[in-house]
Amino acid sequence: MEQVIIITGILLIILGIFGIIRSRNLVKIVLAFTLFNTGLNILMISIGYIRNAGAPILSQIPGQGEIPNIVDPVPQALVLTAIVIGLGVTALMLAYVLKLYQDKGTLDINSFKDLKW
Amino acid sequence: MFVIIAIVLGIISLIGGVIALFHKKLVVAILAAGLVSLTASIIFLLLAAPDVAMTEAAIGSGLTTVIFLYVLNKIREKNG
Amino acid sequence: MVKNTLILLLTLGIGLIMYDVYEDFKFQESLPLLGDYYARNAASETGSANLVTAVVVTYRGFDTLGEVSILFLTASIISFMFKYKEEHATKKEYRPASELLISSTQVFTPIMLIVGIYIFANGHLSPGGGFQGGAVIASAFLLMLLANPGMHLSHKIISRVESISGIGFVLAGVAGLVYAGGFLDNTVLSKGEFGHLLSAGLIPIIYIFIGLKVGAELSNIVSTMSHLPKENN
Repeated sequence: MEQVIIITGILLIILGIFGIIRSRNLVKIVLAFTLFNTGLNILMISIGYIRNAGAPILSQIPGQGEIPNIVDPVPQALVLTAIVIGLGVTALMLAYVLKLYQDKGTLDINSFKDLKW
Repeated sequence: MFVIIAIVLGIISLIGGVIALFHKKLVVAILAAGLVSLTASIIFLLLAAPDVAMTEAAIGSGLTTVIFLYVLNKIREKNG
Repeated sequence: MVKNTLILLLTLGIGLIMYDVYEDFKFQESLPLLGDYYARNAASETGSANLVTAVVVTYRGFDTLGEVSILFLTASIISFMFKYKEEHATKKEYRPASELLISSTQVFTPIMLIVGIYIFANGHLSPGGGFQGGAVIASAFLLMLLANPGMHLSHKIISRVESISGIGFVLAGVAGLVYAGGFLDNTVLSKGEFGHLLSAGLIPIIYIFIGLKVGAELSNIVSTMSHLPKENN
């Protein structure tokens, strides 16, 4: 099961990078960013996974020297905040896309040549 | 059992990703990206991370898709 | 043609790097050092049943503070870019929403708000917490905006809720600095009985602040994006 999930995450990352490089449409580029984000999150969560272990929610305080059978809670906490920041950054990118569109009237990235030399 | 579910979810999410990148209509592409987030939230549940699964389902596939659709609506309004 | 070849080569290179990641990936048989410490001691040190909550709020609480301020920054940049103007909005006419959507909104909005509050008040006992509860609250406001598109969320209330909960978060952290071991230490209040609603010291209070703050910020983003101005001015 773990191999399948890792391959899914890696393929999503490759798809996302390919889309960011290849797409001409600005909205498509932002979409590719969200795919990249999702794939990276899947990869990070699978780092903390341990086979046959439960979710990191305990039903009682573990005794002295006893290790509860749970997965690693640290990557989960990191990904939790990463997802919320992802929404904020996506909304910011879309706001810039709309601003650029209102300026030039097009979404094609090849028509934004102001900083190109 | 889990292996079969994981393979099915992986195939669905990859198909969704390919549609999101290569479909000509932007509405279909945005909805396909929402599908990728939804399958990712089930994958998080399989990996014993219910907190992350809840966040991804509410934010990744709900609010992000709606914000994309609002911007798309505004772009179309000016076009047509 | 050259461009397409370059793109293909670049993707292949990234694929090679990623294959290396896949080759070297080792699944852990047991918890790593930090995770092992948290698994053994976090429940007795913080009194929280959900270890992810314990890590997010106390051990890595400073990260959460930075994260919430990044969210605040993006929300304020978006509202700065698309300033809402009174005279433009009154002229605008919206197509009315369908009867079904309006009726179901009246039924579901209070339930969704209560579920959101439940999720962030029980963050230390069950899966969930401030971020998830805030997202559910923002979804409730989104449903209201879909049912009557002309509605405006009051910016005054949103900014008051947002700033009061932000100040509360920082003050709770400083209280930990003064009365307990360090910034955002949750043992200012008693840890209570493990697994009860009123337990885990400051964690439920801090998570309620985070939930209100995240909910206000996400609702602000959604409401700004739904009232985007037509022209650039």
